[in-house]
Amino acid sequence: MRCDLAVIGAGPAGLAAATRAAEAGLSVELFDEQPAPGGQIYRAIESVPAPRRELLGPDYAAGAALASAFRASGAGYHPGALVWNVDATLAVDFSRDGRSRQCRARAVVVATGAIERPTPLPGWTLPGVTGAGALQILLKAQGLVPSEPVVLAGSGPLLLLLADQLTRAGAPPKAVVETVPRGRLLAAAKHLPAALRAPGYLAKGLKMLRALKAAGVPLHRGATDLAIEGGERAEALSFTAGGRRHRLEAGLIALHQGVVPNQQVTRLLRCAHRWSGSQRCFLPVLDDWCESSVEGVFVAGDGAGIGGAASAALRGRLAALGALRRLRGDVAEDEAAGLRRDLARDGAVRPLLEALYAPSEQVLAPADDTLVCRCEEVTAGQLRQSVALGCPGPNQAKSFLRCGMGPCQGRFCGLAVTEIIAAARGEPQQEIDYYRIRPPLKPLPLAELAAFEADEDAA
Amino acid sequence: MLTRIRSEAREPGGGSEAGGTLRFTFDGREMTGRAGDSVAAALLAGGVLRFRDSAVAGAPRGPFCLMGVCFECLVEIDGQGNCQACMVPLAEGMTVRSQSGGPQVVAPAAGRRAPGQGETT
Repeated sequence: MRCDLAVIGAGPAGLAAATRAAEAGLSVELFDEQPAPGGQIYRAIESVPAPRRELLGPDYAAGAALASAFRASGAGYHPGALVWNVDATLAVDFSRDGRSRQCRARAVVVATGAIERPTPLPGWTLPGVTGAGALQILLKAQGLVPSEPVVLAGSGPLLLLLADQLTRAGAPPKAVVETVPRGRLLAAAKHLPAALRAPGYLAKGLKMLRALKAAGVPLHRGATDLAIEGGERAEALSFTAGGRRHRLEAGLIALHQGVVPNQQVTRLLRCAHRWSGSQRCFLPVLDDWCESSVEGVFVAGDGAGIGGAASAALRGRLAALGALRRLRGDVAEDEAAGLRRDLARDGAVRPLLEALYAPSEQVLAPADDTLVCRCEEVTAGQLRQSVALGCPGPNQAKSFLRCGMGPCQGRFCGLAVTEIIAAARGEPQQEIDYYRIRPPLKPLPLAELAAFEADEDAA
Repeated sequence: MLTRIRSEAREPGGGSEAGGTLRFTFDGREMTGRAGDSVAAALLAGGVLRFRDSAVAGAPRGPFCLMGVCFECLVEIDGQGNCQACMVPLAEGMTVRSQSGGPQVVAPAAGRRAPGQGETT
């Protein structure tokens, strides 16, 4: 299989990029791991029953237009396809229905979105503890809501959005426990005038807060020292707030500390990354056309830096224009300038959100006995010990401790490991860097790998 | 426990058309889910939180992210180990089993399952 442009991911960025590029006449193939378009933000957007769509709100429903434009664009579409390698020649290896194949592309748009930031806390591996995103996915994709007490804990707009959606679905959370320190709002207030330029976000936030108050959902602010208790499964969340210890019994506890770019593909391709102090994560280094340091590799959507769904679609279109410029020399300056203006306006709310909802100290610097690598069960203390023995970075820690070597391949500990080593060595995160990511991006059956012919066209 | 939202609470009819009921087993126990469910969602809807025991300490684990990132929902599906239950659409008649511990390198003792055999990591 060959194409001009391979797009990885069918969230707003991937859908918009594929649509724009196909409309301009490029041959486009889009690969996505999910069974239907939408990504996580517009999950099940084509099949959601009307009452469920109603309660998820108008921002969710807006995704339907992107999906239908993509369907009409003529772009090739491969749902249920796991991209497990992209090499320097832009050959895309993917697994679908138990068989691996290859697509040779002239340019690639990486639109693999965001993942939840790791939230290493005491007890966070117990069954019943999930990311906040997980509960939202169950609601969007399956119409499932908790039927036992659930507590939402952490920091970030998603926490309030999920609380609001669960409440409207008839399953209000037992409490929302925010880890945002007292005084943070004051410190973040300097970004308020800029944030007001972005359409609608602040009004939506205030409306959600009012709705939660009206529904009688308790909101604990300034919580510290979170701990999840339980034996075989989660039983309670305890924390300190307002000068005293609280204990909330709940069998389901949803954690959140914001979202960060999913770096697997851009790291695999050895794209340059830089540390963002305000987003507290690594971002791929991109030019004005969303092109990375590797020629022909473009990054769009939250994988390029957290900007939300509206920005993701804008950046998808911009990346498509970048690919047209790179492959055909078409320079759509006016359209690109318009997209950049819209991006600046939509992104104006970000400095406020980043300052207000910066991740809590407890997850950035977990206690020694807290598990950081869930797969290989490595604690923060073991990481610090290896630094004391001279370990300079994540890849050496991997050799010493096996952290990042389990099935998730570092997705769920990578940033935490960087932070812990940086703090222990007193060096900036940029210097400490990140795990070296290698193919296959997810485990594959050996039989499938053995049957794989890299370039079937040449055979 | 999880439950369907009110507007979708009514049990659908049989068959695999949209919204239909699908039968499967988990560790031998008969369960049902709906067309459109992932294996993980169907297990959670059926009250299962513990999907496996961890590879090192043997501690109980269940799904964390439900979007294919965390690999906590690994189960054996129709004989293949280490499947991400959140990424596999539920199908009629699936045999799903929980996993216990890490892959076995030596021949397992009689009667003991060896999840993950034949998989790379």
